[in-house]
Amino acid sequence: MTALYRWAPWVYFAAALLFIFLPVLVLIQFSFQSGLAPVPPFDGPSLKWWAKVLANRKITDGLTNSLLVGLGSAFVATVLGFLAAYSLARKRRRLSGFYQFLLMAPITVSYLIIGMGLQITFNYLGLGKSLWAIGIGHVVINLPLTFAILYSQLGEHQANIERAAYDLGAGDWRVVLEITVPMLWPSLLAAFFIAATLSWDEFVIAFLMSRFDVTLPVVIWSMLRSGLSPELNATGTLVFIISILAVGVVEFLLWRSRKHHA
Amino acid sequence: MPEKPISPRVELRRVSKVYENVTVVETLDLTIAAGEFVVLLGPSGSGKTTLLNMIGGFANPSAGQVLIDGEDVTDLPPAKRPTATVFQDYALFPHMSLLNNVAFGLRMRKVPKAERLAKAAEMLRLVGLDGFGDRGIHQLSGGQRQRVALARAMAVEPKVLLLDEPLGALDLALRRQMQEELVRLQRRLGATFVHVTHDQEEAMSIADRIVVVNKGGIEDMGPPDRVYLKPASLFAAKFMGESNVLGGRVVESLGGDVKVETALGAIIVPGNSAAGAAVHIALRPEQLLLAPHPDGVSLGRGRVEELSFQGTHCRCHCRVAGQDLILRAPVSVGLTPGQEVSLYAARTDVVLLQR
Amino acid sequence: MKGWNLKNWGHAPALAWTAVFFVAPLIAMLVMSFSARIDGKITLTWTLDNYRSFLTRADGTFVGALWNSIEVTVLTTIISVLVAYPLAYILAYRVPKNWQRFALVLTVLPFWTSYVVRSYSWLLVLSENGIINQFLLWAGILDTPIGMGNSRFATVLGFVHFFAMLLTLTIYANLVQIKDSYRKAANDLGANGWQAFWYITLPLSVPGVAVGAFLTFVLAIGDYITPQILGGAKEMLLPQAVMLQIGRQADFPLASALSMILMLVITAAFMVFAKRLKMERV
Repeated sequence: MTALYRWAPWVYFAAALLFIFLPVLVLIQFSFQSGLAPVPPFDGPSLKWWAKVLANRKITDGLTNSLLVGLGSAFVATVLGFLAAYSLARKRRRLSGFYQFLLMAPITVSYLIIGMGLQITFNYLGLGKSLWAIGIGHVVINLPLTFAILYSQLGEHQANIERAAYDLGAGDWRVVLEITVPMLWPSLLAAFFIAATLSWDEFVIAFLMSRFDVTLPVVIWSMLRSGLSPELNATGTLVFIISILAVGVVEFLLWRSRKHHA
Repeated sequence: MPEKPISPRVELRRVSKVYENVTVVETLDLTIAAGEFVVLLGPSGSGKTTLLNMIGGFANPSAGQVLIDGEDVTDLPPAKRPTATVFQDYALFPHMSLLNNVAFGLRMRKVPKAERLAKAAEMLRLVGLDGFGDRGIHQLSGGQRQRVALARAMAVEPKVLLLDEPLGALDLALRRQMQEELVRLQRRLGATFVHVTHDQEEAMSIADRIVVVNKGGIEDMGPPDRVYLKPASLFAAKFMGESNVLGGRVVESLGGDVKVETALGAIIVPGNSAAGAAVHIALRPEQLLLAPHPDGVSLGRGRVEELSFQGTHCRCHCRVAGQDLILRAPVSVGLTPGQEVSLYAARTDVVLLQR
Repeated sequence: MKGWNLKNWGHAPALAWTAVFFVAPLIAMLVMSFSARIDGKITLTWTLDNYRSFLTRADGTFVGALWNSIEVTVLTTIISVLVAYPLAYILAYRVPKNWQRFALVLTVLPFWTSYVVRSYSWLLVLSENGIINQFLLWAGILDTPIGMGNSRFATVLGFVHFFAMLLTLTIYANLVQIKDSYRKAANDLGANGWQAFWYITLPLSVPGVAVGAFLTFVLAIGDYITPQILGGAKEMLLPQAVMLQIGRQADFPLASALSMILMLVITAAFMVFAKRLKMERV
């Protein structure tokens, strides 16, 4: 009974990890397939599908587009989210509650609906589909997250530190740039990273708002329509590797800044 | 005064605690009588909380035994011990009303609902929160939370109530008030309290007995006045409030008195020690006198260097033979900086510290 | 220059963005849902036909799709919570402190990879010559492979895979915030491990579960990718019905009406969870 109590958590943990990693590991393995079949039996390892992926203009263009849209929209969402969080956390207004509700509202609406609404509006205004349009949509879906993350970090404790800076004679802008922003640095980084990842990952809005310049998820989607292939596995693995690298970099930066502030 | 029971309520026998190769508590014994209000006093990291945790079951001693009413509880978890704790942060359950918080322990003991709620209401009345039962924790002030924590711990009628710096988060005035209430409550219930604090004034005002803890060992143990006036060690002397401490060497043992050579000259003080031993002598600031005492010692002449007015007295730094002494002079004396004064002390006030 | 203080206008750009690119499009969509296509041109006629066709389509496609969506989403949410809670609990209370961050990052690593990729990689696992069938054949449990892709089972599995990670994050974040002293106090007052969990830890972790479950519900019920890739042709969920109207028939009015119904369901879910979703500043 005690042995069960002792080992059950670890057995569960191992099983959960297996469940979580199973599809990813299979994906990675079968990106090194040699033959045409994307599924067992494994006849590799071979890098031929990887070579094909890296030579495929559609994929490399999609990759570049995804990075552009991801970083750009995350930057805008983080800046707008920070400004709004700062303003709403530091000054009480009659409509504060309503403003907060409005800023958080997109989180309760499906991406599909946001994407469709934008498509209808852009059609009506005669605006074309483009990477810009995708970016605009991605800012809409990420703004609630960046706002919420940053708002939660602007409490009384931080306000007191800002007051001390005012007291020592710093002006409004100096306080924001030299006190608030550095103080929130880990949260700003986390907000930016989450926004960038969600944009990098997002399909429906990108699908509805793009025509010629498409992002990577849309490229993968169109490849998927012609069936599974080891090339698709290699593309998926590539996406996975890039995501992991990003997680690694951000974890490292967060770890470093925590060490500094501890 | 607490009555003497047959076996002590709490007994720590040769307990010690080693954590990751660091000795947190050195091998020691401690007994606590039923109905006693014991305060474990020491700086942070002294091991006083570990001692409390050993009684409560939150820390297992590396060696030794913990007995409550003569029964070995060393291996029992907190849930099975007849102890209850008031935590430093109170740990009131935020999702329950006051009444349910106080009734929680009785619920765990399967006391029927009506009975436990009645008992909880009774406990709330006892701590002065009659009619607050339906409120949530967030609606309470710090002092009120403290009372609820007390009521919750006492509701299970523990044989020993453990208090882990429970007044630390309160402001000074509230603290004084809660100290008085704690003592009143403890007298009324005849309960055994073990209280941890780093505040020596708090310790003196509430304890039947103070246990001074430092570096995992017991430095001194006794009634507050004795520990304050006649501390057993250098650490206890310094920790129990301001003290003038002088290093010295015993030059002669006089049978009940010793003659100690210090920077202020030879001083004869009560005590026993072998000639040649390195010792300290200690005097409280209020024990330094400006006039000779019938059974006194002279400490020489000095110059007033700094003065600060404290209301009831003047706190004064004096330079005597290169030593900085602090004294509390009556305001009426009207000392001025730069003034020359002669210092004396009652012979029996001087404390000889051998360690 | 006093007027140009960040505290005064800092929220304006974000509000403007939300108003122009979120609120206005929603209103446009609402208006669209009352429009009709006449000779291929969309005209606002304040008609209820689109909503009527949702209810009365003879083959029941749309009501059926909504019902399928709700079933799949509720099932997904419940299973994901059941899978994620023990995982988050183990991470928060069983994994040594020094390893927690690493273990958490590891556990949700696939969360950060592409959603489309994650969904289709399950096909590699579930298909007739996928890993699971290979294993079952090898182990002698099966004689002939069974296709597990293209089914509701596959859709729910794909969803649970993703949302269990999301819920692990929200529940873990909640669990580590619960002060140790609550559990200590419960033990001290006589509660055993299970009682301390049942009366203290579980109720205090409800907000984390609610946030995660709500996000799961919203994201799952509006998701098009997972059912499209894993669900197959046997049944259609509401987002697939919406995409079908836009894609093949360019019937924006009907698509808008269906989206409005989807929003209504989400709003209802929000009402259910609302009490538990509080935004607090540290």
